[in-house]
Amino acid sequence: MAEPAHVGRHVIYCGVCTLPPEYCEYGGTVKKCQEWLEKQHPSMYERIWSPAATASLSLEAKDRAAKDAKKKAAKAEAAEQKNADRLANSVVTIKRIERNKRKYVTSVSGLEAFGLELKKVAKDFGKKFATGSSVTKTPSGGEEIVVQGDVSDEIEEFLLEKYKEIPEDNIELVEDKKKKGSAA
Amino acid sequence: MFKKDTITASPKQKLKSSIQRSLRASLLTTFPLLTPHIDEVLPKKSSLEQMKLPDRVSLYVIDGQPIFYNQDNGVPVPHLRLVHRFPQAFPTIRIDRGAIRFVLSGATLMAPGLTSAGGRLPIPTVREGEPVAEGVPNEGVDGEGHWSRELEKGEPVVVMAEGKEEACAVGLLVAGTKEVKDKGKGPVIEEAHFLGDGLWRLNVD
Repeated sequence: MAEPAHVGRHVIYCGVCTLPPEYCEYGGTVKKCQEWLEKQHPSMYERIWSPAATASLSLEAKDRAAKDAKKKAAKAEAAEQKNADRLANSVVTIKRIERNKRKYVTSVSGLEAFGLELKKVAKDFGKKFATGSSVTKTPSGGEEIVVQGDVSDEIEEFLLEKYKEIPEDNIELVEDKKKKGSAA
Repeated sequence: MFKKDTITASPKQKLKSSIQRSLRASLLTTFPLLTPHIDEVLPKKSSLEQMKLPDRVSLYVIDGQPIFYNQDNGVPVPHLRLVHRFPQAFPTIRIDRGAIRFVLSGATLMAPGLTSAGGRLPIPTVREGEPVAEGVPNEGVDGEGHWSRELEKGEPVVVMAEGKEEACAVGLLVAGTKEVKDKGKGPVIEEAHFLGDGLWRLNVD
């Protein structure tokens, strides 16, 4: 917030769950939030999590809150685990498709699983290889990037270099020959 | 309304300055208390941007800061980050501690959460002291957290929480505060924007 400092208040938000720290207990990642706050804003941590501050709660309420938090934390953990699994299992497929004799297009699918924005990546491909590159819908409902020309090997290299979150083993190269008879 | 974890938004669009002016006017008629701060909320020079969200909701953003949203070009509702910056500019009600976790998981806010000991509903009073500025109604919170005016059905309202300093939700009242006091049950705010919902987590850059 770079406006001249007057009436507007500056509120600190938790770096883990993005809520104001006093609401961290509802975020599901209480433990992590506590650690973060203790490190970043010790005075605030003291105010919110010190025994004196939490003592005002009745015993029963505390119990319930603890139970609730446990459930939420378990849920969050499961979600994280699931996410990691999904990431490990998803494959980026780079496919060379013959468009005409000796003319190829390269289609890249599966990037969205790694949290990449297809439109932006497509633009990057176009810039890098100086070719047309676009996001197209596949018949099966998903989206893929189609790059003009046979650049499958280069794309693999480029992906590995630019987007480190994609493991090399998860990239698959496929060559696709056009079916006979369908050529115009 | 924004219960989903991730909501997809259309890219930002710059708004015409004429539309910006009318939005500014509607914001001021809805929240007269914002008048002293309007130049900070909507600086005259900077350009307002609009993001279209699902359910015909438009979100208005300035310099990467979400300001407010509305549905079908209806009543503007402030984004919680704005509420946190100017808490005194919006009418508030308060919920008791037990209701917080339900509200923060997207439940409809029900009357018992407000009528109980920890909740606060407006108590109409005539406020002492000089009005802040001309055209600004003299209203606000008293020491206990009661707003000084009954709020009508359909008004946007900020939901504070017992034992917390920051607001936890905003939404449109589906029942006037007087009615809530009389009946003591039923929904009060449906489809609120609460801390940690899709709108809160929405990336506006």
